[in-house]
Amino acid sequence: MIARVIITPKPVVNDPQGITVKQGLASLGFREVGDVRIGKYIEVSLEASSEHEARQRVEAMCKQLLANHVIEDYRFEIEPDGHKRR
Amino acid sequence: MKFGVVVFPGTWSDRDCGWVIDQVLGAELQYLWHKDADLKGCDCVILPGGFAYGDYLRTGAIARFAPVMEKIGEFADRGGLVWGICNGFQVLCEAGLLPGALIRNASLEFRCQWTNLVVERTDLAFTSQCSEREVIRVPISHGEGNYFADPATLSRLEQRGQVIFRYCDANGRVTNSANPNGSTHNIAGIVNARGNVLGMMPHPERCAEPELGGTDGLKLFRSVAANAMKVLVS
Repeated sequence: MIARVIITPKPVVNDPQGITVKQGLASLGFREVGDVRIGKYIEVSLEASSEHEARQRVEAMCKQLLANHVIEDYRFEIEPDGHKRR
Repeated sequence: MKFGVVVFPGTWSDRDCGWVIDQVLGAELQYLWHKDADLKGCDCVILPGGFAYGDYLRTGAIARFAPVMEKIGEFADRGGLVWGICNGFQVLCEAGLLPGALIRNASLEFRCQWTNLVVERTDLAFTSQCSEREVIRVPISHGEGNYFADPATLSRLEQRGQVIFRYCDANGRVTNSANPNGSTHNIAGIVNARGNVLGMMPHPERCAEPELGGTDGLKLFRSVAANAMKVLVS
């Protein structure tokens, strides 16, 4: 299975990278952009007997290492027959 | 008095710390390799600056799995002195030995400059040779030194007097313009509730000799040398 994990800075955490990119977009004429937040994407390929089990394991991975709960939020999708992106 | 200096792959301030301990202070020095599962009788363990494990994932995130870190956690629980400088502070936060996190500087720039710090407590092993509200001049060198903690943690830190160093101007005024990285409450260094674990972004080991432009950093090393034994006995 493949877990696609998205990590984002918590809303209360200032994201200067996001602010700078938003300004860049505005200067290119994308004035409709209200906010930009920059996070990271982690792809985890794992063995699991069910989607439920995979979900529990990835949840634990996020809590213990992949995200820092002080500054980051996470969410993920499990693709039971997912393949690695090339 | 024996100082331990931890060396992770990617650490770069270990020799600077070692030089101050060995050559300037004249104390006993022991380098501790990240794979060591023994602190070799050190009275104070320093986690120096650098980019431990390449700062992969997040600054300090991987270093906490090093065998030496488990021993450092136990040592801290027993009241041993643990001192994280720059990347060492980031490692201590990731390891849960100190609250909060260090995020990207608000300016998005790597800042390498002198800063003024007001010393908020002098009853600690790390600052006993400083005077009350003394302003010390210590350089910073980091891209991710912007201290962040949620409001509840922050108010707990302030109430318990765990903020030890704050960025200030030359007169000791804590102002926005004196804040080099956007840290909340101008925080440059904090201790744990017990006061035996210190994390700070500025580099005292880089200002311990007049040739380097200042000697204020040496005061912290001298404080530790004078107090390490007392703390271990208490």
